[in-house]
Amino acid sequence: MAFVTTTDLIPLIPELILLGAAFVVLLLDLFAPGSQRTTLAVTTIVGFVIALVAEIQLLDSGATGFYGTIVADGFSILFESLYLVIGILTVLLSLHYLDDHGIGFGEYYVLLITAVVGMMFMTSSLELLVIFIGLEIMSISSYILVGIRRRVPESNEAALKYLLLGAFSTGFLLYGISLLYGATGSIRIPEIVVALQEPGALNNPLAIIGVALIIIAMGFKVAVVPFHMWTPDVYSGAPTPVTAFLSAAAKAAGFAMFVRVLLTGIPLEAELWKDLFWAIAVLTMTVGNVMALMQNSVKRMLAYSSVAHAGYIMVAVVVGTPAALSSVIFYSCAYAVMGTGAFGILTVRHFGKTPDSYDDLAGYARYKPCLAFLMSVFMLSLIGLPLTGGFIGKLQIFQAALEEGWVWLTVIGLLNSALSVYYYLRVVVCLYMREGSVPDGAVLEVAESPGFALTGLVGAASVVVYLGVFPQTLLELAASSVSTLF
Amino acid sequence: MTITNDYLPILILILVGIGLAGMFTIIGLVVGPKLRTREKAAPFESGFLGKGMEGYRYDVKFFMTALVFLVFDVEIVFLYPWTVQIRELGWFGFVASMVFISVLVIGLAYDWKKGALEWE
Amino acid sequence: MSQIWLVPAFPLLGFLLNGFFGKFFGKRFVTIIAPAAVGFAFLQSLVLFFEMRAADGHRLVETLYTWMATGSFQVDVAFQVDQLSGLYLLIITGVGFLIHVYSIGYMGAEAGYYRYFAFLNLFIFFMLVLVLGDSFLLMFVGWEGVGLCSYLLIGYYFEKHSAAEACKKAFLFNRVGDFGVLSAVMLIFVTFGTLNFNIVNAEAATQLESGGILVTVITLFLFLGATGKSAQIPLYVWLPDAMEGPTPVSALIHAATMVTAGLYMVARLSHLFVLAPFTMNMIAVIGAATALLAASIALTQTDIKRVLAYSTVSQLGYMFLALGVGAFTAGIFHVMTHAFFKALLFLGSGSVIHAMHHEQDMLRMGALRKKLPVTYLTMLMGTLAIAGIPFFSGFFSKDEILWKAFSSPLGGGGFWLIAFVTAGMTSFYMFRLIYLTFHGESRVDSHTAEHLHESPAVMTVPLVILAVLSVFGGFFGVPHVLNFLPNGMELYFKGFFAQVPETTPGSAAAEIGLMVASVLLAVIAWSLAHRYYSTSLDAVTALRNRLQTTYRLSLNKWYVDELYNAVIVQPGKLFSTFVLWKLIDQNIIDRLVLLPGNVARGVGSGLRLAQNGVLQSYALIFSLGAMLILGFVLL
Repeated sequence: MAFVTTTDLIPLIPELILLGAAFVVLLLDLFAPGSQRTTLAVTTIVGFVIALVAEIQLLDSGATGFYGTIVADGFSILFESLYLVIGILTVLLSLHYLDDHGIGFGEYYVLLITAVVGMMFMTSSLELLVIFIGLEIMSISSYILVGIRRRVPESNEAALKYLLLGAFSTGFLLYGISLLYGATGSIRIPEIVVALQEPGALNNPLAIIGVALIIIAMGFKVAVVPFHMWTPDVYSGAPTPVTAFLSAAAKAAGFAMFVRVLLTGIPLEAELWKDLFWAIAVLTMTVGNVMALMQNSVKRMLAYSSVAHAGYIMVAVVVGTPAALSSVIFYSCAYAVMGTGAFGILTVRHFGKTPDSYDDLAGYARYKPCLAFLMSVFMLSLIGLPLTGGFIGKLQIFQAALEEGWVWLTVIGLLNSALSVYYYLRVVVCLYMREGSVPDGAVLEVAESPGFALTGLVGAASVVVYLGVFPQTLLELAASSVSTLF
Repeated sequence: MTITNDYLPILILILVGIGLAGMFTIIGLVVGPKLRTREKAAPFESGFLGKGMEGYRYDVKFFMTALVFLVFDVEIVFLYPWTVQIRELGWFGFVASMVFISVLVIGLAYDWKKGALEWE
Repeated sequence: MSQIWLVPAFPLLGFLLNGFFGKFFGKRFVTIIAPAAVGFAFLQSLVLFFEMRAADGHRLVETLYTWMATGSFQVDVAFQVDQLSGLYLLIITGVGFLIHVYSIGYMGAEAGYYRYFAFLNLFIFFMLVLVLGDSFLLMFVGWEGVGLCSYLLIGYYFEKHSAAEACKKAFLFNRVGDFGVLSAVMLIFVTFGTLNFNIVNAEAATQLESGGILVTVITLFLFLGATGKSAQIPLYVWLPDAMEGPTPVSALIHAATMVTAGLYMVARLSHLFVLAPFTMNMIAVIGAATALLAASIALTQTDIKRVLAYSTVSQLGYMFLALGVGAFTAGIFHVMTHAFFKALLFLGSGSVIHAMHHEQDMLRMGALRKKLPVTYLTMLMGTLAIAGIPFFSGFFSKDEILWKAFSSPLGGGGFWLIAFVTAGMTSFYMFRLIYLTFHGESRVDSHTAEHLHESPAVMTVPLVILAVLSVFGGFFGVPHVLNFLPNGMELYFKGFFAQVPETTPGSAAAEIGLMVASVLLAVIAWSLAHRYYSTSLDAVTALRNRLQTTYRLSLNKWYVDELYNAVIVQPGKLFSTFVLWKLIDQNIIDRLVLLPGNVARGVGSGLRLAQNGVLQSYALIFSLGAMLILGFVLL
């Protein structure tokens, strides 16, 4: 009567490895007093890397466990690998930041790992409750990460806002799941799909409301208008590496869930949802870009711009064809890397302070030419200039939209991306065209920037350019992983 | 939707519950002695006064203890069914529970080391 | 064998070496790498050029790898050399090489020279990708890339506020054009299902109805893109400001190569454009108008580089006029000769500026010909060429355009007249430039005068080579009517461009007559310039006083910048201040923020600890959104 066996654990191997790593880091922090924080960071990275290797091993065979509740298919492996890569990048960007800001908690890395584990459960599960638990693991970890600068009021405020609004949205999700359960009698996606294919099942208001509530909750996680209000406050209050992590990995996880649960899982009358997504996509792009335009803080600008990028991805969600879904994957990956990179630049001190406003970017070209160059690469990619991943991503999305005849949506998207040039370019202008003067009493950093961060940023920039010049590898991976969904 | 017979008793139970509660409330209101004082009129929540609390500092060790208790207390609940079924579950169940318990042990060690168990 | 990829690979390598390691290489090494990279690209281009001439169909295609392929959509990274891109290759790498060499002398004293050379190489790379790409997407890569490099190089002297402003202006104006290109590319993809130039050109006639709305819209969008890149009305104002960049950059990017990218695109898609007579007409009208407007502005400018900048805009207008009347060959011919003489004139002006210690005002020059003999003589050659004096290169190409503007079924007497008047103005302002700079009495201040010297050989040799090309470059395309040499250009482009239905060929007598008229006009304008500017400036001051209004209009560039400011920038600011900020932000948003504070009072006293009222408003908006969505899906 072995209802659960060890083979069920196979698709969970990467998650288990990460949990093990979390415990190791926790104990290292406890029992190795005076151990350098570098050790913790390196251990964390090693954990991520081993998990990544495990993912790649799983890619060939694939696996399912717990009666199909947990699957390791191409889709989940691709996204989970993305979270792991972003996790590694975040650790690289955190080390000097934690030092600079006196955040001496080993828990930081543990929470980072658990957040990634939560995302992985969200992505690899086919059961709504497990997805919900994964979401909560991710959310609770990130609430604490956001507020980890305990003595800084902005950080506390951000954490509290994130917690309260996050809990609010979670309520919607649970309510949606229970209504859907009421309508279909199951919380497992394949069974829900079957139940909803019964004639007349789609007219059941319970099902419709349930799905709508789930959409609302996910809309909060990926920050689409009108559920985006928390983004700028939380992103600007959180420690910058955490902001990078949230904007990249958490958003990607949200979209992975979007694709898994709504777009391939639940067949609802297309027109209704398309109109809804259409409106959300247009609003999100426009509001994100317009608000980003008005910001004076680069961090807030990037926060709003991440809303705008969610809008571009929503365009692909509207289209919903396999080509569009694979463009969701490609764009999520490209944005995750370039967004992390852009936020990552802001983690490094300049003239003795962590840069925030546009004016703080003056003098980079002279004193930090390497960072100035890397930031320009990220900005150009965010604009969507050719030879960067951002370009290919936008191209994929708009091309998929055009093939299905969404001409107006494409035009609005193009106009929006034209608008975004202004504020991204403003960053480049400040980096290169303004001569910063060294403030009195400021300590000029001897080394240009910390080695770990520089490694991460150079890596991110290389990926951005690689995706622009040789996108085919990822495109094929994305296409094949979408094919596993249908 | 039709209410099947299976659910009818539940509905009746709910109605009876509401009726009883309502009845007792009304009886209390009508029959009970009424004495209005300033203290009784003040808002009241879980043993705390609604006013005059803003500047009051509440020692964090109470929360600490409560949290630690809550976590371990709830975890114990999971061990009961395991002890009952330990023969049927065999070695697999044993190992699984040991993993679970060792996670708890790590948690305890963490609390200890971080000083969550210190009272003063 | 072909190895087309080598051509862009050389400058890219140069960029990478100089950009990343230039700091450590030392000056000598940097100044060898950068020109050498372009020099090698030129040699390879020459080889490819002759291979292409020998190949079947005059076309070499080389597919490097599949860039992306999803479903039916596939884009390769593929380069092609055909008649058009072959010619452009030679211009870009050839003129580019000379300008790189010149830069060694000109930029020698600059601190960030390795950055300069890296960007210059990067520019050459993107420009080559632009013309070599066999699909819209690859062309767009180059298109955006050259814009970026132009932006970086205009802002090279970033300490100067005007330079920073100029580069911003250049980029923003170009983005308007880019939007046009992107929209057109989108429509082309929807219509043809491919982005390959050759397929689009071949299938244009069958897929699209001639004169139909779709083809008109596509071509108009493309033309909008071209006006941005090639500085035509209404997007031309960035080019004169772009002169804030170093002078060799003006010569390379803003005269010889990048600004002709718009022309390249129209010529590349000639088969598409001829299907839209309306667009063709539009191109001709815009081209003619730009030519006239810019020439009239150039008449009064006193900054030597600004005269040349407006002259460039005007000449580009000329070329568009040629394309618009269907004379693609003549237009591209003028691109070539213009690249020679305009690069020469810019480099010459750079030599003058170099000698004058960065003085650009011609009113502070004069009588420089004895001090700068080589610069003087070469610039004179360039001026004779651009003015259309017989048997200099500009004469042939310009006359071809004038004649086509007159005789083509898409042209007409009006176009000819505008082009004719413009030619006269061109002759006048160019000789004015020569006289003000090199003749008359010296107005140089004494300090600068002491240090006046001819530029070093590394700068003058490129001038001489370009001068030779400017003098003799025209013989590649001698008009039929003169007939002492075959028209090389027409033979070269045989069968490449779409043909505009020919009506009756104009009479040889008429062509000769118009030619004589334009030569006469050029000579008259020359003599006018001689009369007013060759000795003292008294006569011209008197004239200026008599023509106050006209003079002011021209001097202030017809107030176009002010017009843009008044019509677009100011209303935009007012709109954002009054509508966006005052009305929406102050009234609506503020009220919205206050509203939930009142509604939710007492409900969320714990929440209010976070931040007074704002969190509730987030939650309120969240809830409103949720209600909207629920209402929407249920109703």
